[in-house]
Amino acid sequence: MITFENVTKRYADGTVAVDDLSLEIPTGRITVLVGPSGCGKTTTLRMINRMVDPTSGTIAIDGKDITGSDPPTLRRGIGYVIQHAGLFPHRTIIDNIATVPYLLGWDKKKARARARELMDRVGLDAKMAKRYPFQLSGGQQQRVGVARALAADPPIMLMDEPFSAVDPVVRTGLQDEFLRLQSELHKTIVFVTHDIDEAVKLGHLIAVFQVGGTLAQVATPEELLAKPAEGFVTEFFGGERGFKRLRYTKKLYSDDSAEAAEAAEAAAEAG
Amino acid sequence: MILVIAALAADGEPLIRWDWIGDHTEELGQLSVHHLKLALVPVVLGLIISIPVGVLCARWPAVYPPALTGANILYSVPTLALFMLFIPYTGLFSDWTLMLPLTLFTLSVLVPNVVDGMRSVPEPVRQAATAMGFGTLRRLVRVELPIAVPVVIAGARVATVASISLVSVGILIGNGGLGQLFIDGYARDFPTPIVVGSVLIIALAIAADGLLVAAQRLLTPWARARGRTT
Repeated sequence: MITFENVTKRYADGTVAVDDLSLEIPTGRITVLVGPSGCGKTTTLRMINRMVDPTSGTIAIDGKDITGSDPPTLRRGIGYVIQHAGLFPHRTIIDNIATVPYLLGWDKKKARARARELMDRVGLDAKMAKRYPFQLSGGQQQRVGVARALAADPPIMLMDEPFSAVDPVVRTGLQDEFLRLQSELHKTIVFVTHDIDEAVKLGHLIAVFQVGGTLAQVATPEELLAKPAEGFVTEFFGGERGFKRLRYTKKLYSDDSAEAAEAAEAAAEAG
Repeated sequence: MILVIAALAADGEPLIRWDWIGDHTEELGQLSVHHLKLALVPVVLGLIISIPVGVLCARWPAVYPPALTGANILYSVPTLALFMLFIPYTGLFSDWTLMLPLTLFTLSVLVPNVVDGMRSVPEPVRQAATAMGFGTLRRLVRVELPIAVPVVIAGARVATVASISLVSVGILIGNGGLGQLFIDGYARDFPTPIVVGSVLIIALAIAADGLLVAAQRLLTPWARARGRTT
């Protein structure tokens, strides 16, 4: 569990990015931070791996305050995926994925074996191992980004708009695979997006941020759709019509996964 | 140069006597090797200086304008004047009297290229590296500098060609590699050494440039497509 307790981040110019935030992020679940740009969701995310340090308040991982930890060491234990993948252009796909294992001092053979295993896991063809990032499509690069974050099997993954830069069809595919992967891995995932559909589709828990860096509502998708907080949340989700649409897509999506589960069960029984 | 050659040739002496080249191959070889040493040592020293300076300038942008101005002022000093300034310290016939000033000249090309190279590292890549757990130094050596290599080599190519051409000026203070041939030819109203010297200098420049291009291809296979598209 990741705990924020009265966390404030104020920049030198006086801008308050995050204002007195208290939030509990459950272990093994996907928590989505959603909100308009400038609401402090990315700052919140980056405080977890100390890319940003809070001005006041405490952040703890499993009860242990992270302020005392050495940032590079802390970061090697937390996966990180960003919008434009941020792959190392000068390294092959396999070495990109093996980055953290190398940093942790694994020997090359073991690190590469692990990287190959992850390529398979995220659906990348093994023959891409020796290619460079520029030779891959945006969607493939993003898969490499996810594999790289998973390489050292960190219990926590931070994902900052990981699927926002790819086209909608590819995005849907990546989201579905991400959910499938998570159903096997049970990581503690903090996922930032500005896309409400994505938040409702992926989140076990959704924290809606509003401009000024405060929380408007924290709820499961079902609660959020059934009982949205008045004012900001209703507005941000596109009013009553927006909610109708979201409830409808959520239902479709649930039916989909229910069907898929049934099909899998049927297959299991048959086999 | 062309005028000098034309004037010399007008006396009835042929522009080039091939037998002279045959008689002097050993000397031409020695002069070429010395010329290369005089030209390339400054580029290597220039890189050794400009990499840390460029890295600092990229990290603290306030340092960059004064550093660049300094390098450009050095570059604006006439080559010969700078050579002469060094004579009291390094001696008239020392190679360093040439190589140290030429090192200073390379800085005005190399420092901006190192800075541009560091700036060519995409911000998401830098952030990803930090988030993966690279410390500052390791990130510099393993991620930022390797990505800067193509831009740095582009600067090294310009500096190398300029340096190879500038070495010949050194002959005015008695040490200029192949520049020796210009003095010989001029003193004796004999155009062949001048033509041969010019051709050799151009050939050295083209060869050195070609080697750097090959080195870049080898060092940065990942940059090929990027170079094609941008």
